[in-house]
Amino acid sequence: MERETISVTVNGRAYERQVEPRRLLSDFLRDDLRLTGTHVGCEHGVCGACTVMMDGVTARSCLTFAVMADGAEIETIEGLGSVDAMHPVQRAFWEKHGLQCGFCTPGMLMTAVELLERNSDPSVDDIRDAISGNLCRCTGYQTIVDSIRYAAHLMREDGA
Amino acid sequence: MKPPRFRYLRAESVDGALRALADNPDSRPLAGGQSLIAMMNLRLVRPACLVDINRVAGLGYIREDGDGVAIGALTRHNDVKHSDLVRARCPLLTEAYESIAHHTVRNRGTLGGNLCHADPSSETPAVMVAVGATLVLQSVGGRREVAAEDFFQGPYETAARQDELLVEIRLPGRGAEGWAFAEVSNRHGDFAIAVIATTLRLADGRCEAARVVASAVGEHAARLRPAEDALTGGAIDDAAIERAAEAAAGAVDPHSDSHADAVYRRDAVAALTRRTLRRAAERCG
Repeated sequence: MERETISVTVNGRAYERQVEPRRLLSDFLRDDLRLTGTHVGCEHGVCGACTVMMDGVTARSCLTFAVMADGAEIETIEGLGSVDAMHPVQRAFWEKHGLQCGFCTPGMLMTAVELLERNSDPSVDDIRDAISGNLCRCTGYQTIVDSIRYAAHLMREDGA
Repeated sequence: MKPPRFRYLRAESVDGALRALADNPDSRPLAGGQSLIAMMNLRLVRPACLVDINRVAGLGYIREDGDGVAIGALTRHNDVKHSDLVRARCPLLTEAYESIAHHTVRNRGTLGGNLCHADPSSETPAVMVAVGATLVLQSVGGRREVAAEDFFQGPYETAARQDELLVEIRLPGRGAEGWAFAEVSNRHGDFAIAVIATTLRLADGRCEAARVVASAVGEHAARLRPAEDALTGGAIDDAAIERAAEAAAGAVDPHSDSHADAVYRRDAVAALTRRTLRRAAERCG
């Protein structure tokens, strides 16, 4: 079986691995690196659960071959924060009940982080537009929108 | 599901990509992958060999080209969507981007890849045909230019040969042309149920040239000539717009699927034709 050697940096740590060209980045993260925080939902780019940061912008890891990420900087939910030191977006989702089953949450958080990096005070419409590619089957989205608005507030306070 | 096996070749230059395509007759280019990889995951396509062009230098740019704009085929959707030059010189494309995919998909997806994928419900082919864009194809044998109107030939079928790479998209200057884009979809950013892109040129209050282009209601983006004929030579008033809308609905032969049946799609074509023509007429001049 043909394999390619790739080097990627994930959450600041460098990895070198051999992968089949058809290895999806989502499976590479979960199965090869055992970073199972990134979730796989639809596996054809519709649900957004597998969203990660690739070189500073969000990417669907199920629509990216791991070989395409050779040399890239990846950030996953594991790099965002920890239980003891939560990212403001994580804290906001916790406080505002932005999740129920939690399946969509890693993708929602990465998408929210990207939005808040380019817009520190998004309107409800901005937030709805930003998360329009991330499906949630539990919340009805209302508490997710509330969480992201609250996260923006927290981050502006932190920055002030 | 998981994608089927394939051979992977990474190109670093246009010449390298063209050689790889020519040397491997079972290969096809891999750009952003936002449609191709999804279809591979569903096993709807099984390319034996992919030539990854994501690192090819010099294929991602937006620059002036006479009165118009030239866009490198590997330019990512979000760069085109937010380009001031594109907004100034081809606002129809900027308007269409309001309906195209979601932010994350636009981060990776490319304009050239989108056009070559030629999904029958895609928005960008309709824009290309409406503005009269020229697509520049390159192979080891040289370059050729194809009018957008001749490029789209069927569902997922284009005029590009297997050994050819789309390298540049040329959008002509707008002049005093009016324009408008509208679509119907189930949810914002989803696949379209019906798309209409319109351009209009007036002289002394009379329609000199009109393009009414539909997508998602046929095998590929195509001009609806009966609708255009209903407009050309006359004033763009309510009666002319109504005649064009009726002609547009009569000129399409849409399919039915789980999202919308053919009758609904045909009605949508009439409604979108009305809407876009009104806006395009206001924008002339």
